[in-house]
Amino acid sequence: MDMQVAKKKLGLKEKYQVMTRDLDWTPTYQKMEDIYPYVQYEGIKIHDWDRWEDPFRLTMDAYWKYQAEKEKKLYAIIDAYAQNNGHLNVTDARYINTVKLFLTGVSPLEYMAHRGFAHVGRAFPGPGPRVACLMQSLDEMRHFQTQVHAISNYNKYYNGFHDFRKWHDRVWYLSVPKSFFDDAITAGPFEFIVAIGFSFEYVLTNLLFVPFVSGAAYNGDMGTMAYGFSAQSDEARHMTLGLEVIKFILEQDPANLPIVQRWIDKWTWRGYRVLTLVAMMMDYMLPKRTMSWKEAWEIYFEENGGALFRDLARYGIRMPKCAETIAFEKDHLSHQAWCTFYNYTAATAFHTWLPNEDEMQWLSAKYPDSFDKYYRPRFDFWREQAAKGNRFYNTTLPMLCQTCQVPLFFTEPGDPTKICYRETDYKGMKYHFCSDHCKEIFEHEPEKYVQAWLPVHQIYQGNCFPEGTDPTAEGFDPLKAVLQWYNIIHGRDNLDFEGSEDQRNFAAWRAQATRNV
Amino acid sequence: MSTVFIALQTNEETRPIIEAIVEDNPHARVNEAPAMVKIDADGRLVVKRSSIEERLGRDFDLQELHINLISLSGNIEEDEDQMILAWKN
Ligand SMILES: [Fe+2]
Ligand SMILES: [Fe+2]
Repeated sequence: MDMQVAKKKLGLKEKYQVMTRDLDWTPTYQKMEDIYPYVQYEGIKIHDWDRWEDPFRLTMDAYWKYQAEKEKKLYAIIDAYAQNNGHLNVTDARYINTVKLFLTGVSPLEYMAHRGFAHVGRAFPGPGPRVACLMQSLDEMRHFQTQVHAISNYNKYYNGFHDFRKWHDRVWYLSVPKSFFDDAITAGPFEFIVAIGFSFEYVLTNLLFVPFVSGAAYNGDMGTMAYGFSAQSDEARHMTLGLEVIKFILEQDPANLPIVQRWIDKWTWRGYRVLTLVAMMMDYMLPKRTMSWKEAWEIYFEENGGALFRDLARYGIRMPKCAETIAFEKDHLSHQAWCTFYNYTAATAFHTWLPNEDEMQWLSAKYPDSFDKYYRPRFDFWREQAAKGNRFYNTTLPMLCQTCQVPLFFTEPGDPTKICYRETDYKGMKYHFCSDHCKEIFEHEPEKYVQAWLPVHQIYQGNCFPEGTDPTAEGFDPLKAVLQWYNIIHGRDNLDFEGSEDQRNFAAWRAQATRNV
Repeated sequence: MSTVFIALQTNEETRPIIEAIVEDNPHARVNEAPAMVKIDADGRLVVKRSSIEERLGRDFDLQELHINLISLSGNIEEDEDQMILAWKN
């Protein structure tokens, strides 16, 4: 070819058309339903996949370019942070426990999100959502890798990082985030994308990343800030995908509305229960606080979520039913969670502590209606007991909710002094729940939730001891055996922060960094 | 009226972007948090390429926003020249 044609630069819309829809073709020698076997059975009706719009109109070539730039920035910071022993600049060593919680509870979900979006991208017949899901699938793999990579630096110096992947599969409190994602990924493609793309990414993810990452910045953890913001920079695209999905599904057929509403109700609640861990992290684990859980909930859910659901009202969508329960719980959630972890910290891969007087004042100010009345007295009592040498470690196992797998420590809506118990019978067995919402989710799909791997049940059934353990042997210590199976080293990875190896090492290294010793 | 927002990292790359947004949206409120800035606006917020270019002194592709974007809310409408965030109610 020797003809010179002046290249016209494609506009954003044309380029998107050429690089997504024009790459698609209509199959002729295979049936559509054989190629896309999962798009029918959930009952969602789609008539025209071409009505899908990606408002950012991001194409793969631009995607690689911007992602490469993000990675370069991120690794420059991570390297500098590691080279400069940046970990010694965090506010105090208690902070590092939030990073442990993140690596064990959240990072493995990034990997599951990678798998989930790869799966649904393959399952959707439309090229628009397929390309968007492909990008998100790659993003999520990047999030997992960069988090593991960045946090590996902490593993060189501190306890509680060495076996995070196994813990995610085995440890009791980590079954909460794990089962949440396993639930989503075993649903159909439309439910998955409503669950993760909309309910989690759009409605709730700001509550996870923004306070956590901003908190990391506030507490001097530049490494976490860097990977957090780098992941979050993909989030705007994910949120947009989530919102577009909802609008697209609802515009396609009026019969989709009740199905989608049920999913929104279910997944907002499921996601919110997972965020219990974030609530306690914000109010108790960050030495320097950015905002309270309650404030974050009011900004990101009540204000922004309120605007979102008012906007979706034109399709007939209403606020998730659980919003009322959550509004009541916002004064109690983080306190009840931290009290529980303080009790059970013999079986955790991070340390706990009692809030000091300054911190209790902050909590009183942020929670004027609940902290002094219900929670300060408990901390005072435990402090007194600990001073007398009676630090209380709970060694009996709690009842777990069959749906969300959180121990039953949440209180009745309207009565913060009474634990909320719900139960139902199914095929001759009794199942227990933390709330009406979890009970309702179970009752709609009992065959799914009876299969739940509940850590407490598994321990009692003898499935969580090292091979060859004889639970009938004299002097058998079940907690010790479970910790061995977890690969949590007793006295090093668990128990109080006060007196821990992390505390001692951090103090010694920081002293070395500031004096000529 | 419903609020839309855009949150960006605070760094040298976003300084001119934030300035441009503030000038183009006189009704916007700027909230600074550690390492980030969240700009809230009632109903609608516009990000204009030309205003950013004026401050940067170079061409700017609105998709470059993604590098430092943290979060946003509202329905998005974007073309080469501007990005609009808005709620339809
Ligand atoms: Fe992610
Ligand atoms: Fe539950």
